[in-house]
Formats: sequence, structure tokens, C-alpha cells
Amino acid sequence: MELDALALARAQFAANISFHILFPSINIALAWVLLFFKLRYLRTGRQAWMDAYGFWVKIFALSFALGVVSGVTMSFQFGTNWPGYMQTVGNIAGPLLAYEILTAFFLEAGFLGIMLFGRSRVSERVHTLATLLVAFGNSLSAFWIIALNSWMQTPAGFVMQGGRAHVTSWLQVIFNPSMPYRLTHMLLASGLTVAFLVAGLSAYRLLKADRSAGNAVALKTGVWLAALLIPLQILAGDAHGLNTMAHQPAKLAAIEGVWHTERGAPLLLFALPNADTQSNDYALGIPRLASLIIKHDPDGEIRGLNEFAEHPPVAKVFWSFRVMVGVGVLMLLASWLTAWQLRRRDAAGLDRRLLYVLVGMTFAGWVATLAGWYVTEIGRQPWLVTGVLTTAQAAGAATGSMVAGSLLTYLALYAGLLLAYISVLFHLASKAAGQADTAVELKEVQA
Amino acid sequence: MNAAYWLPVIFAGLMGLAMLVYVVLDGFDLGVGLLLPLADDAGKDRMVASIGPFWDANETWLVLGAGLLLVAFPMAHGVVFGALYIPVLLMLVGLILRGVAFDFRVKARDPHRPWWNAIFAFGSSLASLAQGVMLGRYLTGFADGLLPWLFALLVGAGLTAAYALLGACWLIMKTEGALQKQALGWARRSVPGAGLAVLLVSIVTPLANPAIAGKWFALPQLFLLLPLPLGTLALFVVQWLALPRLARRQAAGNDSYCWLPFATTVGMVLLAFWGLAYSVFPQVIPGRMDIWQAASDPEALWIMLWGALLVLPCIIGYTAFAYRVFWGKTGTLRYQ
Ligand code: HDD
Ligand code: HEM
Ligand code: HEM
Repeated sequence: MELDALALARAQFAANISFHILFPSINIALAWVLLFFKLRYLRTGRQAWMDAYGFWVKIFALSFALGVVSGVTMSFQFGTNWPGYMQTVGNIAGPLLAYEILTAFFLEAGFLGIMLFGRSRVSERVHTLATLLVAFGNSLSAFWIIALNSWMQTPAGFVMQGGRAHVTSWLQVIFNPSMPYRLTHMLLASGLTVAFLVAGLSAYRLLKADRSAGNAVALKTGVWLAALLIPLQILAGDAHGLNTMAHQPAKLAAIEGVWHTERGAPLLLFALPNADTQSNDYALGIPRLASLIIKHDPDGEIRGLNEFAEHPPVAKVFWSFRVMVGVGVLMLLASWLTAWQLRRRDAAGLDRRLLYVLVGMTFAGWVATLAGWYVTEIGRQPWLVTGVLTTAQAAGAATGSMVAGSLLTYLALYAGLLLAYISVLFHLASKAAGQADTAVELKEVQA
Repeated sequence: MNAAYWLPVIFAGLMGLAMLVYVVLDGFDLGVGLLLPLADDAGKDRMVASIGPFWDANETWLVLGAGLLLVAFPMAHGVVFGALYIPVLLMLVGLILRGVAFDFRVKARDPHRPWWNAIFAFGSSLASLAQGVMLGRYLTGFADGLLPWLFALLVGAGLTAAYALLGACWLIMKTEGALQKQALGWARRSVPGAGLAVLLVSIVTPLANPAIAGKWFALPQLFLLLPLPLGTLALFVVQWLALPRLARRQAAGNDSYCWLPFATTVGMVLLAFWGLAYSVFPQVIPGRMDIWQAASDPEALWIMLWGALLVLPCIIGYTAFAYRVFWGKTGTLRYQ
């Protein structure tokens, strides 16, 4: 049996990048949170902030290692699986990737050692600077790669000559129409991922009777950060959707499940998009709301999938979008409820049921981030670079059975690592809770 | 001469430089990983601590080297990594295991620790071996058949021995006491392996690839090139004589010249690398494609060259700074 090399190559790329993005989405914002802990400590002199730093820097080190090794894998994937990609748009992708390596990867990796292990060897100021540079390098790398990804979504600033893209304006290439929206949305997504990770693990420690001040400040930081960022994210997401309508209308039609152009389209809460009948089964929606949200007019017209010769698979995009938005709504509820309680009591006085919710939502950011990327990437199909190059044209010559073997290898490896990562996170949390417990007892004995 | 001629030459140089820096830097930390099972528990912690602050930045040079191949020579990248699909996969698996075991081993539950230590050593070995096999496959122009594959395996074993030597010499420089003594022993045992590997690769490469033989064994060049093998030989002799002496001094509590074996080994790597670069240049895939056929458009190369000229000095500056901060003998690693 000849395996379909293209489908396998796509699955492999999707598996690798999905695994990779889990860790950047933690590291980008966690580096800034660590800087915040450290600055608070320097400002107030309270040991609690340094304790919070000490616990979370360990998790940062672990996540960073996973981010680096999965990223190295990504950089080898580009050429092997998609040779047609560089041949067609190499003049654009090449320099953007090169600038990411030169300006961002070296910066973060170069100062990481000092940030993690150098505090006793350099002055406090140099250590803070190293932390800042690592955080900055992380965000800078997101800037470059998102610029490239957004360019693939909404290409601008180039002409095609002899089958190759040639740049006419680098500013337009980098700041292409969807780039500001995507970068904002992604950075906020990282902030939310970390906010819920911090809140969730701290809540877990609290449930394990950890009354330490370091855990309390971390919990508060996580909850307030979440409560602050989630409304911003919803606004940014809405703006992003409008931008998508302007530049990738077929993707938007798939998101909304609009098969035929209609006025006053409903916002579908549930439906099973059916590609055979070109309609939705079991649709349940709020009348006119989609038109209202997207056109700011209850009778606004939304272009349907019927207007496009090629459109992405509808059900996957439709459902991924609903998972993302659903998690966003849960985030809003959970973070505002907890923040409301925190206004009148301290962390130890929080409702235990709320703590369980927070523990349950420890990795909610991952779910929404992955779902969001699936909307973006699957919604771009069949194009790899919208209007320029299709995914099939870019595929490589590796044979199906070879890709199948490597895909299985990666999947097994990633499953194992993910399991180890999550269990070590909770193990570190229990251990810290145990130590905090004995520390409190010691104090009581001494008193 | 025009830009279309010399831009690819510059980028070939930059790519070579990135690979060279990678081999030296990640070479020593992969080497430390290879040697890990030979030490006791305290020694293991110390060994890992000696590379802790560096390994991530070291690996970034691989990203740069492979990245330059991708962005500057895209036509070659697909062919090279397509032909090396399986060794690249194994190398990546090795690097992933090595990189994560590094962190997991101190954070996981105590009973899991020996497992992560074993994974660390296994990942380091797999990555070293795979890199050597990649080099061997590359040198024969990815020729099919049993002999070229045997050659590739041989280069794999040789590179692994060379990394072990680099790692042992790094430990001689960065540690003291019992571990340093052990490292001196490991270095002595790695020297013959590394020497044999250099010798065999030097003999087999021109046999396997006639074009390379033509470049070396023609008259005026041969004399100009003679310093390469002679220099390598001299460095091996220095190494061979120095290690027992250093062991005697070490026993007497004298630590001077502990950097010498590392410097000597780096010298060998430099010479070997220079020899390989001379053999291959200006081909980017031996016997199939030269750098001009594989290069990106000059417009893209220009913009990357400006970036590189601006940023590389900064990178070298702060890399040197990081090594300075952790200068001297390794202590224990602590996050605060
Ligand atoms: C929005 C963020 C984002 C996205 C979409 C990607 N990355 Fe990434 N990447 C990062 C954000 C990031 C980061 C935050 O900068 C990382 C994660 C952890 C880290 O150490 O740096 C990183 C690490 C990282 C590394 C290791 C760098 C090092 O050695 O320090 C490589 C080679 C890549 N990535 C390559 C890629 C490629 C080829 C991607 C796309 C196909 C990609 N990344 C998507
Ligand atoms: C970081 C989060 C990302 C995730 C989770 C993600 C996910 C995916 C998924 C699921 C696919 C397969 C789509 C399909 O075949 O239906 C895909 C394809 C692809 N993506 Fe992404 N992607 C991400 C970021 C990026 C970035 C930053 C780039 C490049 C700069 C990129 C480039 C590609 C390419 C080249 C393909 C292959 C074409 C294809 O299979 O459709 N992706 N991605
Ligand atoms: C609740 C309201 C939200 C709305 C209206 C919204 C809207 C959108 C839209 C329209 C896209 C696709 C853009 C395109 O490709 O054209 C998108 C993508 C994405 N979303 Fe959301 N989103 C919301 C919440 C969230 C949350 C809570 C997260 C994560 C914590 C998140 C993470 C992402 C990510 C990572 C992407 C892919 C990158 C990008 O295209 O920006 N979103 N979102």
C-alpha cells in the first residue's frame, strides 16, 4: 500500500508545530512574569516575591528546554517537507527566518545561562538585565515568526517574477495586513496561558495546604493577570475577525458556517457542517447576531462559501473556532469570579470550589491557543501562501513510508514528553507545598 | 567580480563558521553527556553543572548552520536533508532526549533520576553518532551501497570519539579533584580512537571521492597543504605527551596547564575542519551542485548579509561574556 506522502507530511508538520507552540506560549509571557516577580522583590524587599521567582524559574527552565529542542526540530522540517516553499518564496521567508535566528534566538539563549544560574556570579542589576533580555528575545522571536506566518496568510509587498516572489517593500512584507492583529492576539494568548498556568498550579498548592506567602502572591498575580487580559483578548479577537473578513473571506465563511451568502446571518452556537449537502445539520443559533458582530448591522451581508472556487474544510475550522471562543468565555467567568473574591479576602480564604476550577483550567490556555492556530492554519487551505502557492505544490519527495515512520517516532516521543512535563509540574508543586508546610511547622515549634 | 559571484562565497564561509563553532561548542557538551555513565552520582551532578549554563546557546549554532543552508542555499537544503532524512531524524530524537533529560533529571521524582541520567547519555550518543553518519554520507555525495554506508558509520564512530575527547578535556579544565582525575583517564583513552578516526577519514575520503583526491594530490597544492596533516600530527603528539604529565601534576595538587588538552583538541578540530572545507569547496553537495547553483537570489543574500554583519559581533561579544561569567572551576548549579 502506498501511503499518501502529502497527507503524512502535513500531519507530521502539524504534530511538530503543535508540540512546539505549547512551550513558546508559556515561555514568552512567563519570562515577563519572572521579571515582574524580581522587580517587585527589588522594590519591596519582600521575600515572598523571591520565593515565587524561585519556584517559577524552575518551570521556566524546563519549559524553555522543551521549547528549544522542539524548535530545533521545526527548523529542519521546513526544507525536508516543503522544498517548494523555499524555492517559491525563499526571498521572503529566508531573510525573516535568518533575522529571527540572528536577533532573537541567540539573544535569548545567550543570556539564559546568566538568568538561570548566574545570580550569585553577577551583580543584581546585570542579573535583572539578563532576565529582561531573555524576555525581550522571546517576544522578538514571536515577532519575526508571526510576521512570516501572517505574510503567508495575507501576502503583501512583493511581485512574482519567473515563479519566484521578489520583495518590493520590506515594510509591507513585515507589517502585512493581518500581522498586527495576529501578533497582538498571540502575545495575549501567551499571557493568558501563563496566567492560568500560574493560577492553576498555585491553587493546587493551596489545596495541598500550602499557606506560604510566595504561593499567595503568585496566585494573585495569575488571577489578576487573567482578569485583565481576557477582555483585551476578546476585543483583539473581534478585531482580528473583522480583518479576516476583509482579507480571507472564505476562512470567515467557514468560521461562521455560512454556506450561501446571506443577510442577517445567525450566530451559530451548534451545528454539524455537512460538506455533501453544503448546509448545516442540527443548526442552533442566535438570529442576526453574526451579521451584527461582523458587519455591525443586523441585516449585514456575509459572503458564503458558495462564492469561492476553493474553500477550506468547514467543520474543522468551525469547531476549532468554537472551542477557542468557548474557552475564552470560561476564562472570563473563572478569572472575574476569583478576582471578585480576592478583592475582599486573601488567597487562603478563596472558595475551595473555585480553587478546583482553577486547577482544572491550568492548561486552558494551551487548548485555546491550539484551537486558534487550527482555525488560522486549516482556514488558509488549500493555500500555503494565499493566492501564491498551494500546499500540494510545496510538498517534498520523501516517500510515504519514511514519513510514516518518522511521524510515529515523533508522536511517541511527544506523548511521553508531555506526560513527563505535566507530571513533573505537579510534582514540583506538591514538593514546594510540602516544604512550605514543614517551614510553617518549624516556625510554630520555635515560637 | 560581481555580487552574484562572491555573495554565495561569503555565505558558504559563514555557514562553515557556524558549523565549526557548533562542532566545538556542542561537541564538548555532547561529549560530557557521552561520558556521564562513567562517573559516580556526585560526579554526574558536577559534570552536568559544568555545561548547564551553555548547552542551549551552543545548540543555537546548529540552528544557525542549518538555517543558513536553508535560507542561503535553499536548492541544496531540500536535497541534503532529504537524503539525510533518517540520520537527521535520529539526531533530532537524540538532541530532544538530551536537552530535556538535562532538566528533568533534577526536577523529577528521585527514583526516576537514574532513568533521566541514562536518557541523557543515550541522547548524547545518538546525536553524536548521527551527526558523524551525516558527515560521512555527505562526503560521499550520498552514494548508495554497503561501502559508503560502512564509511558513514565509521565517521560516526570517529566523531563520537572526538566528542568524547572534547568533553573529557573540557572536564579537565572545569573540574578538580577526583572527577578531574577521572577525566584525565577518559581523555587518554579517547585519544587513540579520535586519532584513528582522523587518519581513516583522511585516507578513505580521497579514495571514496576521486574529485577530492584530485584537489589534494596535485603538485603545487600538496606542499601548501602539507601543514594540515603535519599540524594535526603534532597536536596529537602534544596531547599524547601532555596527558600523563598533567595526571602526575594533578596527583601532586598542581593544576597549571589544565586548559592545554582542551586547547589542543580544539586545534585538531580546526585543522580537520579546514581540511574538509578545502576538500568540498566550492561544492555544496559533493559532485552534484556548487554553491552558485544552490544560492538564493542576491537580493535576499544582501539583506541577510547586512543583518549578519551587524549582529554577529554582538553575538560573539555576549557569548564571550557568558563564558566569562562562568569562568573557572564549576560549582553546584543553583537557580538563586
Ligand atoms: C509565537 C511564537 C512562536 C512560533 C509560532 C514559533 N516559535 Fe519557535 N520559538 C519561539 C516562539 C515561536 C520562542 C518563544 O522564541 C522559543 C520557544 C522557547 C524558546 O526557547 O524559544 C522558540 C524556539 C525555537 C527554536 C530554538 C531556538 C534556540 O535554539 O534557542 C527554533 C529553531 C524555532 N523555535 C523554530 C521555529 C520554527 C521553524 C517555527 C515555525 C514553523 C516556530 N519556531 C514557531
Ligand atoms: C505556532 C502555532 C502553529 C500551529 C499550531 C500550526 C498548525 C498547523 C496545522 C494544524 C497545519 C496543517 C493544516 C492542514 O494541513 O490542514 C499547519 C500547516 C502549516 N503551517 Fe502552521 N501552525 C502554526 C504556526 C505556523 C508558523 C509560525 C508557520 C510559518 C511561519 C507555519 C507554517 C505552516 C506550513 C508551512 C504548513 C504546511 C502546509 C499545510 O500542511 O497546510 N505554521 N500548521
Ligand atoms: C473569545 C473571543 C475570541 C475571539 C473572538 C477570537 C478570534 C479569533 C480569530 C477570528 C482568529 C483567526 C484569525 C485568522 O486566522 O484569520 C483567532 C486565532 C487565534 N486565537 Fe482567538 N479569539 C478569541 C479568544 C482566544 C483565546 C482565549 C485564545 C488563547 C488564550 C486565543 C488564541 C488564538 C490563537 C493563538 C490564534 C491563532 C493566531 C492568530 O491568528 O492570531 N483566542 N482568534
